[in-house]
Amino acid sequence: MNKYVKFGLLIALIIGTLVWLAVGGVNETKSYYKTVAELQQMGPDARTKRLRVAGDVEPGSIVRRGKEVEFMLAQQDRKIRVVYSGSDPLPDTFRDSAQAVADGKLGDDGVFRANRIQAKCASKYEAKPGQQAAPVYPPKS
Amino acid sequence: MENLGAVAILLALCLSAYAVLASVTGKLKNKPLLVLSAERAVYTIWLLLALASGLLVYALLNGDFRLSYVAAHSNRAMPVLYKFASWWGGMEGSLLLWAFLLSTYSAVVVFTNRRKLRTIMPYVTAILMGVQCFFLILIAFPESPFQVLAVGRGITEVPDGNGLNPLLQYWTMAIHPPMLYLGYVGFVVPFAFAMGSLIARQPGDAWIHTTRRWTIITWGFQTTGILLGAGWAYAVLGWGGYWGWDPVENASLLPWITATAFLHSVMMQEKKGMMKVWNMVLIAATFFLCIFGTFLTRSGIVGSVHAFAQSPIGKYFVAFLAVGIAATVYLILDRLDYLKSESQLESVLSRESSFLFNNLMLLASCFAVLWGTIFPVISEAVTGEKISVDAPFYNRVNVPIGLFLLLLTGVGPLIAWRRSSVESLKRAFLIPGVLALVTMAVLAVAGVRHFYALMSLGLCMFVTATVVTEFWKGARAIAARTGQNLAAAMIELTHRNTRRYGGYIVHMGIVFLFLGFTGHAFNKDSTNDVRVGDKFSIGRYELKVRDLLDGDNDNYSWRRARIDVFAGQSLAGTLEPEQRMYKASRQPTSEVAIRRRLNEDLYLNFAGVTNDGRNLAIIQAYVFPLVSWIWVGFVTMIAGTIICLIPPKVRMQYARTEVVGYVQKHAPVNP
Repeated sequence: MNKYVKFGLLIALIIGTLVWLAVGGVNETKSYYKTVAELQQMGPDARTKRLRVAGDVEPGSIVRRGKEVEFMLAQQDRKIRVVYSGSDPLPDTFRDSAQAVADGKLGDDGVFRANRIQAKCASKYEAKPGQQAAPVYPPKS
Repeated sequence: MENLGAVAILLALCLSAYAVLASVTGKLKNKPLLVLSAERAVYTIWLLLALASGLLVYALLNGDFRLSYVAAHSNRAMPVLYKFASWWGGMEGSLLLWAFLLSTYSAVVVFTNRRKLRTIMPYVTAILMGVQCFFLILIAFPESPFQVLAVGRGITEVPDGNGLNPLLQYWTMAIHPPMLYLGYVGFVVPFAFAMGSLIARQPGDAWIHTTRRWTIITWGFQTTGILLGAGWAYAVLGWGGYWGWDPVENASLLPWITATAFLHSVMMQEKKGMMKVWNMVLIAATFFLCIFGTFLTRSGIVGSVHAFAQSPIGKYFVAFLAVGIAATVYLILDRLDYLKSESQLESVLSRESSFLFNNLMLLASCFAVLWGTIFPVISEAVTGEKISVDAPFYNRVNVPIGLFLLLLTGVGPLIAWRRSSVESLKRAFLIPGVLALVTMAVLAVAGVRHFYALMSLGLCMFVTATVVTEFWKGARAIAARTGQNLAAAMIELTHRNTRRYGGYIVHMGIVFLFLGFTGHAFNKDSTNDVRVGDKFSIGRYELKVRDLLDGDNDNYSWRRARIDVFAGQSLAGTLEPEQRMYKASRQPTSEVAIRRRLNEDLYLNFAGVTNDGRNLAIIQAYVFPLVSWIWVGFVTMIAGTIICLIPPKVRMQYARTEVVGYVQKHAPVNP
């Protein structure tokens, strides 16, 4: 067999396998960015797709129960209840008023079941120096 | 003082623009003095930026909170090391660091080549200074590090700063950004030489020989930067992972991948005169990915947990990338005649072919990572819906690629140039192949069922066997001839061809890395709500909560659990995971406690306190098998990189005969 044909076949095989893996990977893990309002207006579609919702953590709403953590995610006036039950610990930046992104699926009961939470701390990144925000240090146990 | 700093940056900006013009005009009009003045400008820019950096660091150390940057990234209670590290804790400072490092590199390049390569050096200077000019525009105008807070208009005087992000107050994080930047910035130099030789229509490999050291050193810095970042994520972020395929992490990985491909494919050009266009493309891709990485981390275009602020500098980067890439593509296409290959691929079973596949795999991986990183942006532009992909996507594509690369790591060095017969392949790979299969069989019998883990461990054994055989064969030959013992012969062997044997050591480092990655398949975790005296267990460990403490100092207040670890019946030590609340930034952080061993790490995280009224401490316990091998691999890789940089003994002996350029090609590699 001609060496260029050999090289061509090998390369095509490799690229083909990788594209197949990549397409599968995208379909399996893709999640759609939705706002809380969009999420609540979505039809039955919302139950099957993986979704990613962003919002602010409602102050005082975080409840830790064993492995689960429950909180309210607020965006403008809309709110949604989120239950997190992943195995990774929640990030340090996850707390009251933080901006959080939850990955997961919407349950039939309208509760969002997240398996991943990302958060960034609002006060740190948004308050300009010289404009002090209210203290949010939690009381010690 | 802040005026002096700002003026220094402005002056440097003017000088860099001057250097570009003077250098190119001087070359074209044949006026050496003009070229010389451009080189002097390079030194002056270094002085000016050293001054500006010095002033910023002085302001940070002394807490001059009139400056917006100082107020945002430093505070009084921070230790001096972190005050210093605040230099690169935020956008403006880190851009200043970029510019300063680039000016340092430029000054070194101009100085070491002041009497060499006169045909291409003016262009090299011009390209270096062009890039410099871009970064100086950023810190002179939109992102000045010397901006003063205008007290009055809605802003009160600042008694103390916000402090460095507490997550960054950790020793590896203090040196991670400069390492990464040394790597990022370093690739400007080989890029400038490559483009310089293209512009000057300089045929040959002069640019590769001149920049080989740069490339290796820079690659070493980048490796260090990436792995320090991984080490930081593991020890500080408290989620037990070291790599999350976050856009910011990907940004640092992308140029590393293309640089690795470049390091391999230049060997093809040096030894066979092949892949010349390809090498140009690779070094250009590496450079632009470095710029793209800075853009990605600094512009906020892709959401990231590392959460750098949104900023207006995105469009500057897009413009720079567009112009730069267009110019590079034009140059390469216009000068294709100078980049003709001197020989051809002959066989699928050859060293050339293994390099080709190595490059193909690395580029595929790079493309997959890039694609995943900017997928939200692309999908939003195409379908109108913002869709993101997740860690499983990256793993799905990159794990097979990684394993194939690992296989090539073992195959490449043993296969002959040009063509290899099936007979010689059998001879070379019989022992490593059998060892790999035996390893996999033993592990499978021992109960390992994870397919990729089995493959990975088998291939680790395969590569180790090939590397050890290479050292063994070479050293035995030397020992037989000189009567040295085997250890001395091995050092002698390495010293004779440092690049080759240093490279093997780097490959061993890669094997250790893969060993560490493979451990991920066997992770265990458990979360427990506990009070003092409670017991729980994970893996082979029994854990008992001895104490729950809390306290307070100037910088932060803390809660800590003291947990006795029992392995079997005996007390193996006490771990103290801690949770801190930093006062200046009011941000909590976890200080995890890790019992590091080569076989497995025990990792405890104080995740918080239940607020359901019971006030129990939440302790997350993990067992991470083999993860320490990642850090072993890192040290090995750096050691190998350093060995590559030692001048080889053989070349020094031949240097007197004035054929320096060819000795490497014909040096006796296996005496």
